[in-house]
Amino acid sequence: MENEAGALSRVAGLFSARGYNIESLSVAPTEDPTLSRMTLVTIGSDEIVEQVTKQLNKLIEVVKIIDLNDGSHIERELMLVKVRAVGADREEIKRLTEIFRGCIIDVTDKSYTIELTGTSSKLDAFLEAVERSAVLETVRTGASGIGRGEWILKV
Amino acid sequence: MSVELTGAEITIRCLQEEGVQCIFGYPGGAVLFIYDELFKQDKVRHILVRHEQAAVHAADGYARSSNKVGVALVTSGPGVTNAVTGIATAYMDSIPMVVISGQVPTSAIGLDAFQEVDTVGITRPCVKHNFLVKDVTELALTIKKAFYIASTGRPGPVLVDIPKDVTQQKTKFVYPEKISMRSYNPVVKGHARQIKKAAELILSAKRPMIYAGGGVILSNASAQLTELAKILNFPCTNTLMGLGGFPATNEQSLGMLGMHGTYEANMAMQYCDVLVAIGARFDDRVIGNPKHFFNENRKIIHIDIDPSSISKRVKVDIPIVGDVLDVLSELIKLLKAEKKKPDQAALNEWWKQIDLWRERDCLKYERGSQIIKPQMVIEKLFQVTKGDAFITSDVGQHQMWAAQFYKFDKPRRWINSGGLGTMGFGMPAAMGVQLANPKGKVACITGEASIQMCIQELSTCKQYKLPLKIINLNNRYMGMVRQWQEFFHGNRYAESYMDALPDFVKLAESYGHVGMKIEQPKDVEAALKEAFKMKDRLVFMDFITDQTENVFPMVPGGKGLSEMILV
Repeated sequence: MENEAGALSRVAGLFSARGYNIESLSVAPTEDPTLSRMTLVTIGSDEIVEQVTKQLNKLIEVVKIIDLNDGSHIERELMLVKVRAVGADREEIKRLTEIFRGCIIDVTDKSYTIELTGTSSKLDAFLEAVERSAVLETVRTGASGIGRGEWILKV
Repeated sequence: MSVELTGAEITIRCLQEEGVQCIFGYPGGAVLFIYDELFKQDKVRHILVRHEQAAVHAADGYARSSNKVGVALVTSGPGVTNAVTGIATAYMDSIPMVVISGQVPTSAIGLDAFQEVDTVGITRPCVKHNFLVKDVTELALTIKKAFYIASTGRPGPVLVDIPKDVTQQKTKFVYPEKISMRSYNPVVKGHARQIKKAAELILSAKRPMIYAGGGVILSNASAQLTELAKILNFPCTNTLMGLGGFPATNEQSLGMLGMHGTYEANMAMQYCDVLVAIGARFDDRVIGNPKHFFNENRKIIHIDIDPSSISKRVKVDIPIVGDVLDVLSELIKLLKAEKKKPDQAALNEWWKQIDLWRERDCLKYERGSQIIKPQMVIEKLFQVTKGDAFITSDVGQHQMWAAQFYKFDKPRRWINSGGLGTMGFGMPAAMGVQLANPKGKVACITGEASIQMCIQELSTCKQYKLPLKIINLNNRYMGMVRQWQEFFHGNRYAESYMDALPDFVKLAESYGHVGMKIEQPKDVEAALKEAFKMKDRLVFMDFITDQTENVFPMVPGGKGLSEMILV
């Protein structure tokens, strides 16, 4: 979509006005600074997703829209999670982070902050693996998606 | 070096470049520089309304009746919030319109300044698009875009919000001749293969039906629609928004369909085997319960310029996205080249069935009544104006009777708030119609409840000598509310009685107009004739009508098209 003030609120407003769900939404400018790319995750029947697509297309600032489920695609989400890490837990959490191919990016004597990327379900799995009471804070970006191989979304 | 102009000058120059002759508005602090520039020129005429809602409705009526873009100019804050009802009305009915609003200076935005509202935020859900112009160098291009977006594709209102300081800043003025936007490219031409498929399906039809909506009017395709129906000998029904798209006095017309549509139109809609939907959107007031609609098997062709209108409420078999005018022209070409004709024997059988439904005479009412029947007033109005008037309406029973009993043979003659159902629309819209058609006969069919929602515009009509004929069907009730309370709420008429009504004759006279009160059925025709003879006067005709009259047929909410309540 056009990288213009208000474009994001048009998208968000459309979803609330028509009663669609936004599961997650991630957006940032692209290599062409006049354009932003948004990955939006929604849940609905085929009919609803078709309507969502058509309604989004009607927004003047939306340049192009694809449904990544129409082909094979990759999606990734970034999570930063702060966990309590004291005593024996420190080693255990470090090992768990390695298994999930995350990085510890901030350390204090009581906590680790871990950076983790993957599909949303992988991030969920990590949180389940860590003892719930150890999780102090999480922040997630929502999914970003891209088509596989030669499937390219370009204006 | 070329001369630099202020934002205010640029705004007016843009309107001139767009060929705008008439705008409707109300001044205020944030638009004072724009008004100052309006004052200094005479190409763009400004009509001063008495409330911003009326400015937008008037611009709307102007647009609907003339096929031009309507323009309204309002100030910031309350100017805008008053305009919102009008903007939403135009949005629901896809009317091309540009609304220019003043805004507090850019330095004050967000500081809760005097008469500040988030105009772009407030209007976002009810405009096709809107802009906040923060830089005077972008002003001309933005206004160009606004007119382009408003009038192309599925039309709609576009708002341009201009902060006061931007109207004072100077820049070189260049009005772009052409415009292209990478993110906005409305489809015009229909897909050739889809049109061919549609032609094949049409030729195989045994019980065909054409269902035509407001898209036919907006795309100026009524000649094509009429030709299509004629070469096929198919029955045709129009939606509330589509009246006049197909001549109502033509034998192939089944009248309006839907909640208060005719028996024959609704039955044919339900039991046809091929339905050709043209510029219509299967809305809840048209097909009733979609589940019930699909109890019968039929194939559906759907022509619409807006892809999101297709398969929104009803799954269709052959969707064609494109401008109705273009698609119908192509379709007619194909059908004319084709030797095959639809099965004539089956078509004759279908027409026989339709004639049986017609015999039900679903619009009958008590003609010998000693009290004025509202339907009779509309019938007489049709006769007296020879079907040639521009008719605007407000919202309620009178609107449905107008739609049922005034036979519109031409497009852009029936001006009503179909989608949003805005009471108060009728008189201001009629002002716009009269200004766009100075020699036209313009009547506003209204009720004593609706008319009071914008009654102040009688003053505007006086100032600009607009000789409207106001047909007030006065039953002392919000009639449609009363009807629903009678049918569905056990005759408990909660707050639907209009007490303490003014003396409309005196009211009209106090504004400098002619007032008439008509209480006897025998006086209706003579009064209408007398009123239309007064070519340069607004005549407010207060018809005292039967309080108990209801609109029939009626498809109750949630019911199917064949489950009508009949008289």
